[in-house]
Amino acid sequence: MTDLGTSPDEVQFRFRDDEPADHGTVTVDACCDQTNATAVRIEPGDDARVLLPFLDRLALVEVNFPSFGDGRGYSAARILREAGYDGELRAVGDVLIDQLSHMRRCGFDAFAPDKPLDEGDARRALEGFGNVYQSAADARKTIQELRHE
Amino acid sequence: MYQYDQYDQAMVDARVEEFRDQAQRRLDGKLTEDQFKPLRLMNGLYLQLHAYMLRVAIPYGTLNSRQMTALGDIADKYDRGYGHFTTRQNLQYNWIKLEDAADILADLSKVEMHAIQTSGNCIRNISSDHFAGAAHDELIDPRPYAELLRQWSSFHPEFTYLPRKFKIAVIAAETDRAAMRLHDIGIQIVKNDAGEIGASFYVGGGMGRTPMIAPQIREFVPLDQLVTYAEACLRVYNRYGRRDNKYKARIKILVHEMGAEEYTRQVEEEFAHLLEQGVEPPLAELERIKPFFADPAFEDGPKSVDRSDPDFALWVDRNTVRHKHDSYVSAVISLKPVGGIPGDATGDQMRLMAKLAKQYSFDELRVMHTQNIVLPHVKIADLHALWTELEAADLGAPNLDTIEDIIACPGLDYCALANARSIPLAQRISENFAKNGRTEELGQLKLKISGCINACGHHHAGHIGILGVDKKGTENYQLSLGGSEAEDVSLAKITGPGFDEDGVIKAVETVTDVYLEAREDGERFLDTYRRIGMTPFKEALYD
Repeated sequence: MTDLGTSPDEVQFRFRDDEPADHGTVTVDACCDQTNATAVRIEPGDDARVLLPFLDRLALVEVNFPSFGDGRGYSAARILREAGYDGELRAVGDVLIDQLSHMRRCGFDAFAPDKPLDEGDARRALEGFGNVYQSAADARKTIQELRHE
Repeated sequence: MYQYDQYDQAMVDARVEEFRDQAQRRLDGKLTEDQFKPLRLMNGLYLQLHAYMLRVAIPYGTLNSRQMTALGDIADKYDRGYGHFTTRQNLQYNWIKLEDAADILADLSKVEMHAIQTSGNCIRNISSDHFAGAAHDELIDPRPYAELLRQWSSFHPEFTYLPRKFKIAVIAAETDRAAMRLHDIGIQIVKNDAGEIGASFYVGGGMGRTPMIAPQIREFVPLDQLVTYAEACLRVYNRYGRRDNKYKARIKILVHEMGAEEYTRQVEEEFAHLLEQGVEPPLAELERIKPFFADPAFEDGPKSVDRSDPDFALWVDRNTVRHKHDSYVSAVISLKPVGGIPGDATGDQMRLMAKLAKQYSFDELRVMHTQNIVLPHVKIADLHALWTELEAADLGAPNLDTIEDIIACPGLDYCALANARSIPLAQRISENFAKNGRTEELGQLKLKISGCINACGHHHAGHIGILGVDKKGTENYQLSLGGSEAEDVSLAKITGPGFDEDGVIKAVETVTDVYLEAREDGERFLDTYRRIGMTPFKEALYD
């Protein structure tokens, strides 16, 4: 876990080794119109699939969670990873401790919570479950796969 | 029945620890109540009118005697000595202290139980046919498929913050004993023309304030694509289900507004995509699960009972159901004693039912969505001994599927959402019919009572339904007729203006009078209603 603290782009946790992209995200609509945009921000109502033709040029996708109870961003993240996107996928907004592990499973590898999270609580939340019941965007073997190896 | 391996146990144990940590962070002020609420809900903990309520999951309604005993012990140790079996085959404790919740979850985990996802906007406990594995008319036991889906839906990372709660039922008989088409997803395990087993998907059913019967969206999903198809159904819902209005957020509204055809098209597109992603568990997993549900060692024995005791004979006629082995029956333990609270059982009764299950039913019990308990495999030769013990514990009411076998939600006696009381009404109606002696004459008559528009008491699906509403500060009850949750599924229609408590009790009597007057040979109340229509009932009620 690379702890960037509350750096200017407010990314608190990042699980990547590459250099963070310049912030400057544009909306999904703008991203489709501009041929040079490399960072985009998805809002809950946006269709992540409209970005699929542009994944090659994107280095950062932010998925905004205006409210933690709105789970559309989880599907957006998986859809991007399923399409082969391997750039930074950053959850921003109302990102809380108890959503971190599900977000990781859906393919998020950076987190910029509105309010910084307690580091110890975050670590415990991410390490709590040793195994998983279903395949998702991470590479973890499922319990069913482990049972039948 | 299914038993945990080390993985299942570790998942449940991890959840107990996670909840302890969450509760501690709430106490430390690191979580606001708004942030804590969905977390406690996903562990089955509600705040009701007077106390916390804890809802325990009973996957597909199946449990063993050790688990039933533990439920009884928890009722005594942490609650007021009783629990309440629900219309989704679960159990609720109504008087729980927040500080005890984590300890209760730990006690549950010792008997392979939990309260995971019994509330919250996530995939809830999977329900099924309460006679699964015993029914004479089923294709195969549906529970292995329900178990596969239980695992898939537990802690699903993408579907934990859905627009609204999500309920799945799985059956494998033409006779629907699980209200399958009134679920968000109803699955019927079927055989196709080639003789292969697969799943029919029905999506977008539900009760609540906008009742809908789920349309079939796929006739046959091969078994090695079952989870993938469910995942596609959920993803379309998670992305496009409404989130602007809680009352329009269930998948039934999406399917209705989008149209079943368009919803199906999108699901099929997502399904084709997900097939390439390889999200399906290995088929070997289903083969691992199946033996847990293999038939116990049935033995041939007597096929009839001594009917010299009329009370016993009545109970046998009313409360036992044909079994696939002709020396056995499924015996229903009614939790509807006359004047009692539908679905309630004391700690002592739970322990007794556990003991009887061990003695007479291969250690297995089922919870029915009608809030009764089934001993699925009882030797006909053992019925008298079983009945004698049930009678002594006030568990021998011979009223399965009669007008006394009322489904009722907790209502205003417990529930913060309720507009009116349900329980006292159920008590008075059952007392009334026990007194006037008509119960037996009326035959099958499903009466269902909800204390508010959310319809937890399934009033839309009652042959007679009662909905409690608030009318200028007083409780008022709307009567409806003609609903069914079974394979002949239909939604009840309101008779007209509502009644006060005494008035609705009288009205129930009136409509049963109309039925008795008009019925033809072999007709149930529902059949007569369907034949003669609403008018004669209306005339008797309002003219």
